[in-house]
Amino acid sequence: MTLESKIPVGTVSDKWTQYKSSVPLVNPSNKRQLEIIVVGTGLAGASAAATLAEMGYKVKAFCFQDSPRRAHSIAAQGGINAAKNYQNDGDSVHRLFYDTIKGGDYRAREANVHRLAECSTSIIDQCVAQGVPFAREYGGTLSNRSFGGTQVQRTFYAAGQTGQQLLLGAYSGLERQVGLGNVKMYARHEMVEVVKIDGKARGIIARDLVSGKLERHFGHAVLLCTGGYGNVFYLSTNAMGSNVTAAWKAHKAGAYFGNPCFTQIHPTCIPVSGHYQSKLTLMSESLRNDGRIWVPTKQNDERHPNDIPEDERDYYLERRYPAFGNLVPRDIASRAAKERCDAGYGVGQSKMAVYLDFKYNMTQRYGRTEASKLNIANPDDETLIRLGKEVVKEKYGNLFDMYKQITDEDPYETPMRIYPAVHYTMGGLWVDYDLMTTVPGMYALGEANFSDHGANRLGASALMQGLADGYFVIPITIGNYLNKEIHTKPISTDHEAFVAAENAANERIKHLIGIQGTRSVESYHRELGLIMWNKCGMARSEKGLKEAIAEIQALRADFYKNVRIPGSINEFNPELDKAGRVADFLELGELMCVDALDRNESCGGHFREEFQTEEGEALRDDENYMYVSAWESKGDSWELHKEELKYENIKIQQRSYK
Amino acid sequence: MKLFSFLFTSSIGRKVLMAVTGLSLVAFLLVHCGINACIFFNDGGETFNAAAEFMAHNWLIRSAEVGLFAGLLIHIIQGLALTFNNQTKRKEKYGANAGNANSKWYSRSMGILGSLLLIFLVMHLKHFWVVSRFTDAIQETAGSTLFDEMIIVFTDPIPVIIYVIGCLSLAYHLLHGFQSAFQSMGINHPAYSPIIKSVGTAFSIIVPLVFAAMPIAMHLGWIK
Amino acid sequence: MSKLMKLNLKVWRQKNTQSAGNFEEYKVDASPDMSFLEMFDVLNEQLIETGKEPVAFDHDCREGICGMCSMVIDGRPHGPKQGVTTCQLHMRSFNDGDTITVEPWRANGFPVIKDLTVNRSAFDRIIASGGFVSTNAGNAVDANSILVPKEIADEAFEAATCIGCGACVSACKNASAMLFVGAKVTQLSMLPQGKPERQSRVVAMVNQMDAEGFGACTNTGACAAECPKQIPLSVIATLNREYISAKMNGK
Repeated sequence: MTLESKIPVGTVSDKWTQYKSSVPLVNPSNKRQLEIIVVGTGLAGASAAATLAEMGYKVKAFCFQDSPRRAHSIAAQGGINAAKNYQNDGDSVHRLFYDTIKGGDYRAREANVHRLAECSTSIIDQCVAQGVPFAREYGGTLSNRSFGGTQVQRTFYAAGQTGQQLLLGAYSGLERQVGLGNVKMYARHEMVEVVKIDGKARGIIARDLVSGKLERHFGHAVLLCTGGYGNVFYLSTNAMGSNVTAAWKAHKAGAYFGNPCFTQIHPTCIPVSGHYQSKLTLMSESLRNDGRIWVPTKQNDERHPNDIPEDERDYYLERRYPAFGNLVPRDIASRAAKERCDAGYGVGQSKMAVYLDFKYNMTQRYGRTEASKLNIANPDDETLIRLGKEVVKEKYGNLFDMYKQITDEDPYETPMRIYPAVHYTMGGLWVDYDLMTTVPGMYALGEANFSDHGANRLGASALMQGLADGYFVIPITIGNYLNKEIHTKPISTDHEAFVAAENAANERIKHLIGIQGTRSVESYHRELGLIMWNKCGMARSEKGLKEAIAEIQALRADFYKNVRIPGSINEFNPELDKAGRVADFLELGELMCVDALDRNESCGGHFREEFQTEEGEALRDDENYMYVSAWESKGDSWELHKEELKYENIKIQQRSYK
Repeated sequence: MKLFSFLFTSSIGRKVLMAVTGLSLVAFLLVHCGINACIFFNDGGETFNAAAEFMAHNWLIRSAEVGLFAGLLIHIIQGLALTFNNQTKRKEKYGANAGNANSKWYSRSMGILGSLLLIFLVMHLKHFWVVSRFTDAIQETAGSTLFDEMIIVFTDPIPVIIYVIGCLSLAYHLLHGFQSAFQSMGINHPAYSPIIKSVGTAFSIIVPLVFAAMPIAMHLGWIK
Repeated sequence: MSKLMKLNLKVWRQKNTQSAGNFEEYKVDASPDMSFLEMFDVLNEQLIETGKEPVAFDHDCREGICGMCSMVIDGRPHGPKQGVTTCQLHMRSFNDGDTITVEPWRANGFPVIKDLTVNRSAFDRIIASGGFVSTNAGNAVDANSILVPKEIADEAFEAATCIGCGACVSACKNASAMLFVGAKVTQLSMLPQGKPERQSRVVAMVNQMDAEGFGACTNTGACAAECPKQIPLSVIATLNREYISAKMNGK
């Protein structure tokens, strides 16, 4: 099968407009006859389910959490980008498009990214209309801040809880449709199998996690909005339940997996404190607006950070990347932190941390401004700290509180200790311009697809993509498929394909619980995570990746021999749910290494030690690797398909933030 | 009537009715306390009797009394019904309780405090209200006054103790009830709420204190 | 590495909604830097290794924002510290040798599914009854065309930070859900976008809340005191005010 990305013809800035005005539509009475399944209720899923229901489609939405409001989009802190140019600082759709392509290290599809930038402005309007309480200025207009990889202020935010507010907005729209009877909501349900009839996705098998029973659900189309797979690393900033299962089942059913090795390591997370650690907590990128990152200039410096004088501090990001300073993109900031720690300059007990210090901006920037507002001439240090602290508190109060709660250290007094952690996966199911996977009728939205962020996502762009896909893209593009389905009557779930899919899922679950070995699911997950982090994490090498593949295969074999799942199938059994997810991670991990091994270059979040410049920067190979890897599942192995990337509007260059 | 049915059917409506009737009882307490405090003139009950006389024969007061009783009845019945209803909302109780960590005991005990007050009230009405209203004629011929009645009742230490306990219940009932009534009616404002709270606290201490002082002072013979 | 603490746990075990539950006692060693849920991970690992059933509990983001974790610890939802969820409660808030009682949220509106896991779908139904602005994608005007004073936006945001965990219900002696409902009503009634349907919204949400079996508010303030997001009690006053005004308008 050849990959058809179905990118409309025309200049990049007109493609979406032309597409919208020429795509076939489904008339309102036909919409009422068409059923759509939406799996996942994060930003992409909730917004898609709500919008499709508003348009008249019959929607069934599924989430594994106890309520659609809890999807992990809720944890996004910093903000959402939009090319509104409210700050009059020269922003435009084109600039957002350009920044995103460049930020993604030239591995994203131009047409998709341009569409994303175009939709960005409508998202803000839509969210405000829903009652999302974005931060505002005293005059009543919306407030903006900066994020990494950009030189304009285009990030809209609601304190450090932007994802929460946006998700609750989408959730309220979804619940409205539930109340109106247009969406049937299935919480505590997990998709465990895709149902294909005549090559098209026609439904899913879902497991009711409370009763353990398998259910068959028909849909004219299936939308996977199931988020990313960062939990393959065990420790990540993802929620405990975040998983790849739905996407993986789709992959096994024929959907190609795009760029699986592109993972984003977020530079500012709270470091690991012990072996019992179950997850890592992010400290928003927005903190890099006001926090300066440094390590001591001496190796193994044991002094308290406040005792280290200014001239013995190495503000390495400001030193290496003077143009962007502390606001370089995430992949660059993460690698720089790793470089310093590996070279022996790390701080804290584990020596695997760097400082994020607010003192300078708190006192010199905010303290002085406030003092001058109060007409205090020559304020002393104490006054500056007191005044600056108030400003910092208003901007980042909840993050500082969270940091203190976790580490028992007060970041107002002592610099934060931070270290990179797995955060986001740019890779995902391969989709065309319509967001359709290689299985007709099956779509992937949001983080679950691969499309918009290339090899590295810029901060505050994930929320933008999830909502753009759900509110503005899929409602249009799905018509391109469903207009041909208006004659398809709902297929009975007694159809043999449903029976077969249910049997397959049933067999798999029975097999898992029947192993009754000695090791807990958690222990396998932890071991897999360690392999992935060490060999397919921030730095990868051919040798390491090959080792990792062998280790994962061995671990997977052991899992199917020795895992112990307590309890039974037909009851609420979180251990069994977890086992199914870990089983899929054990396969995905291998594919990620295979993909990383194939990509003999460094780009964005993918850093191969063999491919770097003399200064240690990523060395891209545009001649040989300017493609999207789309992997087709062949049972125990994979076949690579390549989608060549064409840059017609952006001049490709070495990414530089110096 | 449909417009007001929510006061008897919805969770918030029923609370609003509790608040309105409660506040009308607070107003009554103020008047009651003011008139009874006349005994502290220590003039053999002259001022007090005159005031009581006025209250007993003024038609405006008498008709307000009807409203007061209606309000009192609603407050009692609605209060008991709400308390019992609320208690059914958690069938399986907690094994460990730490109520004092997040709220005041008296705010959680309004039902019990109210019930204590009800018992006290029955006794109190029997002592004085029944006498002053329905035995009016007898009193006048016997030349006995409400003040004399008080002296007689409070010679016995048992009613005195019961009255003091009643006043204590009242104090705590008010301490929560006064400000809670405003909250139930939707009045909560950063500028005014602290004032309401202070007034409520002062009221809850002063009024019951003045009331409690009466039987004590009479029993000890400070007031003759 | 800090010294391990030896803890005694009394944990509520209940097979499913229908069956009766009881407390079971366990011993577990915990590091002071662990979160409360990580301590439960250790317990569960221990139980699985010895062939016993692990304790079922809800959790997801483990950073205090999804609202999924829900344990009543020594009689207090989310434990002894103010302003944190169970997942962000750390063992350093306890002492070596402590006996800790852990129970599920208890309320008729939140039936137990298993052990410490409860069903909170009542909250979704309350939102579905009116906790939204009726606007379709594509309807919106430019975001800056309606100005919202910063104070209003900040106050609406404060109410909007509710994570829907249900600690308010579990703390309230009447199992009342008014802080949850009040937070949403406050957020939407303050913002210009939510004003057009403020009256029908509040009436619908209160009706649904009552139908779900939650109790009436007696203003004890326990909900606000235990709220991990510190939603103030004033949202309930706002809810009352909005409701009274809607009712007096014949809604």
